[in-house]
Amino acid sequence: MAQTTTFTAAAPPDDAPVRKPRSQLVVQGAIWGFVVLELIFFSVAGRFLSNSDTAFLDLDNMLLLLKQSAPIGIIALGMTIVMINGNIDLSVGATFALSAIVLLDSMTWPFMQALGDWAIPLAWIFALATGTALGFVNGLVVWKTGVDAFIVTLGSMLGYRGLVFMYNGEQPTSHLNWTLVDFAEAQFLGLHTATWFLLGTALVLWLVMTRTVHGRNAYAIGNNREAAVNAGIRVGPHFLLNFMLIGFLAALSAVVFYSESGSVNPNDGMLYELWAITAVVLGGTKLAGGYGSIISTLGGVVAIQLLRKGLGYIGADTETVNLVIGLILIAVLFLDRQLNRKGSEELKT
Amino acid sequence: MTDATPVLRLEGIVKTFPGVRALDGVDLELRPGEVHALMGENGAGKSTLMKVLGGILQPNEGRILIDEAPVVMTSPLEAKGKGVVFIHQELSLADELSVAENIFLGELPRKRFGRVDWTRLYATTDAILKTLNVRFDARTRVGDLSIANQQMVEIARALTVSPRAVIFDEPTASLTDAEKVVLFDVIEDLKAKGVGIIYISHRMEEIFRITDRISVLRDGQYRGTLRTAETTEDEVTQLMIGRSLDLSRSPVRHALGKVALEVRGLSCGHLYRDVSFSVREGEVLGFYGLVGAGRTEIAETLFGLRTPSAGSIRVNGDEVRIGSPVDAIRHGIGLVPEDRKGQGLVLGMNCRDNMTLPQVDDLSTGPFVSDGAEVAIFDQYRDRLDIRTPGWRQIVGNLSGGNQQKIVIGKWLSMRPQVLIVDEPTRGIDVGSKSEIHNLIRDLAAQGYAVIVISSEMPEVLHVSDRIAAMYSGRIMRTFAAEEVTEDSLIQAISGLEPEKVA
Ligand SMILES: Nc1ncnc2c1ncn2[C@@H]1O[C@H](COP(=O)(O)OP(=O)(O)OP(=O)(O)O)[C@@H](O)[C@H]1O
Ligand SMILES: [Mg+2]
Repeated sequence: MAQTTTFTAAAPPDDAPVRKPRSQLVVQGAIWGFVVLELIFFSVAGRFLSNSDTAFLDLDNMLLLLKQSAPIGIIALGMTIVMINGNIDLSVGATFALSAIVLLDSMTWPFMQALGDWAIPLAWIFALATGTALGFVNGLVVWKTGVDAFIVTLGSMLGYRGLVFMYNGEQPTSHLNWTLVDFAEAQFLGLHTATWFLLGTALVLWLVMTRTVHGRNAYAIGNNREAAVNAGIRVGPHFLLNFMLIGFLAALSAVVFYSESGSVNPNDGMLYELWAITAVVLGGTKLAGGYGSIISTLGGVVAIQLLRKGLGYIGADTETVNLVIGLILIAVLFLDRQLNRKGSEELKT
Repeated sequence: MTDATPVLRLEGIVKTFPGVRALDGVDLELRPGEVHALMGENGAGKSTLMKVLGGILQPNEGRILIDEAPVVMTSPLEAKGKGVVFIHQELSLADELSVAENIFLGELPRKRFGRVDWTRLYATTDAILKTLNVRFDARTRVGDLSIANQQMVEIARALTVSPRAVIFDEPTASLTDAEKVVLFDVIEDLKAKGVGIIYISHRMEEIFRITDRISVLRDGQYRGTLRTAETTEDEVTQLMIGRSLDLSRSPVRHALGKVALEVRGLSCGHLYRDVSFSVREGEVLGFYGLVGAGRTEIAETLFGLRTPSAGSIRVNGDEVRIGSPVDAIRHGIGLVPEDRKGQGLVLGMNCRDNMTLPQVDDLSTGPFVSDGAEVAIFDQYRDRLDIRTPGWRQIVGNLSGGNQQKIVIGKWLSMRPQVLIVDEPTRGIDVGSKSEIHNLIRDLAAQGYAVIVISSEMPEVLHVSDRIAAMYSGRIMRTFAAEEVTEDSLIQAISGLEPEKVA
């Protein structure tokens, strides 16, 4: 065999590590690199601009940041698999609110009150079932009608929000259960309950997407639906499962958040879908489907939360924060395009 | 044409991709007014070399000279400006736009305030189309054109500048014989105008019909240039794959088993009517006919992608209803589709995942995929089909066209279906692998599979089939046994010249 690395059939043993195309590596790792940059930037900038006396990188501050990124983070993780699958779900914010109402309101029902603290797991189940059922409706409609998920969930976003208002009008729905609050505020190994839920969800979904048949098929469907159908993959059930998953996760997010806060306004969760999509896209998942990674979405979630907190820390107001996040999103996508183009042959005349 | 100064010269071109040295110091010289064939196995680097030449890829090393002056081309538009145009292996047209818009995409003639000058656009386009002798006009929507005509649009695009060199990358892969003749006329015209032409194809008969010289690449290295008039197919093959092929060997015919698939009176709207045939275990049934005769549609019906309007399908004697590919697979039917990129492959996934796609579920333990079993299957079929890839992790979209096709074939072979339907199995496949795939089809039959081969290449159907169904305009005109078939009778049958015979 020749010395050169010239490519011949027999040359490389099969599991010789094949480097991923560089652009892909850059893009997948990029979001975490960006997170590190943000950390450096805000710690340095904070020295000069912040009037708080704790450092930005203060441990408690960081733990809190993780906790606060959990509600949208959990939804964004679900959004990742829906988007890899080639769909999108705009109704997650409304699902979040409706599940929250079910969570809090169910604990005030007479038979539930009679159960004492046993009402808590039951209320959770009710809330999670609500979210899953709403996701089921989305998935079934997308599957059976063949209408684009964007349209279907745009409709259900409005519809589910309508249900939220029908429940209690403009009034907030409240119920504070101290056992629940204690649970939500607990810290295990330093991390808050919400953070554990976020990390747990990420781990499970990462396994689902990389290790299971469902995950493999979801990628295939998102990448080339026709080829997937030709391989005997039933597209509909995978859609349905993913919509149920994201519905479940929107409810889980509500469970995590409202266990502590104890009060839902009918407008809660609005724009969550957009924040979730922003995090997913920042993490490098393609809107068109077929590509994406759970771990990168986690990076996207942390990156956004860091920006919000960091900008606040150096004294920017909310409007500025949104403007900056918007600009960064566009810049990142532009960069991603540039990197992906280089060395790939997709470029056409 | 003798030793005029070359229009184009490549010197020591090197191009690497992660894990692959696709081009390893390639030289090439193109003279004005010559048709220069570029040949080599799948993955030899032909398309990559042409992409370098067309400004799509940048070489790591080496020089490109136009009229003996070194140039650097960083985009296809720049290459076009220098007179080098590239007609791609895969068509890249915007379906929804008109022919004229496609041809001048990015360079639409303008009036003041940036308004498009439609009159001029259509007039110029029609003038170009006229030189090509085509039957459509500038306003036609590209999506309404046949593949052959779309190819003409690509060619017309090349003619908007007066080109010095035109590159054709496997232009005839999906053309009928009649359409090929038109293409060859266009090439003759260009040649007469002193344009240098680089022509990539795996089809020997074309190469010997229209080219003046042949350059051969092997594993990314330049292997030499031959004069077409002074060489033989065998010599070219030798240079390409390092051995000669014994194509004369006629396949062994062996005993057939029971009827595996039987189709009676199958119709599907106006696509095909009243089609009846059967395939036995151990038998290869060829479907020959012109593009559009309804062969692919029959295959799609058998695979559950179309619903027949009448007729019955029996598998192993039992009547079955095949409503989806899932049903088809359950009944042991596999389909290697005609359009590998659109229907066969998930381009963004790696080689192994593509190959095991229909069976991840069967290989899994519980909900989890089983990597080891999948790699084993991939290895087995990579060796068997000689698939050139640095490893299973390579993304399928990065493989050469022929190797992509082998992945699709491997995918279905590894499913061990009872009935395997292959639609144009060797489109875009090099001579070596082609005979490999033909042998494979014969081997499968020998092992008791029933195989249906759809092909537009007569030598291919004649070579692999035990029986041949000749189709014309949605009907099976006649079914021949391999022993009795002649080229003439086959051509007659597929042109509809022979009265239908009732079996
Ligand atoms: N973008 C890419 N990334 C990685 N490898 C690539 C890329 N493009 C091409 N290759 C590799 O370079 C080699 C040459 O490919 P190329 O497409 O030039 O072959 P070809 O001679 O045109 O083959 P075919 O006859 O099958 O079209 C192949 O091994 C292919 O896998
Ligand atoms: Mg090629």
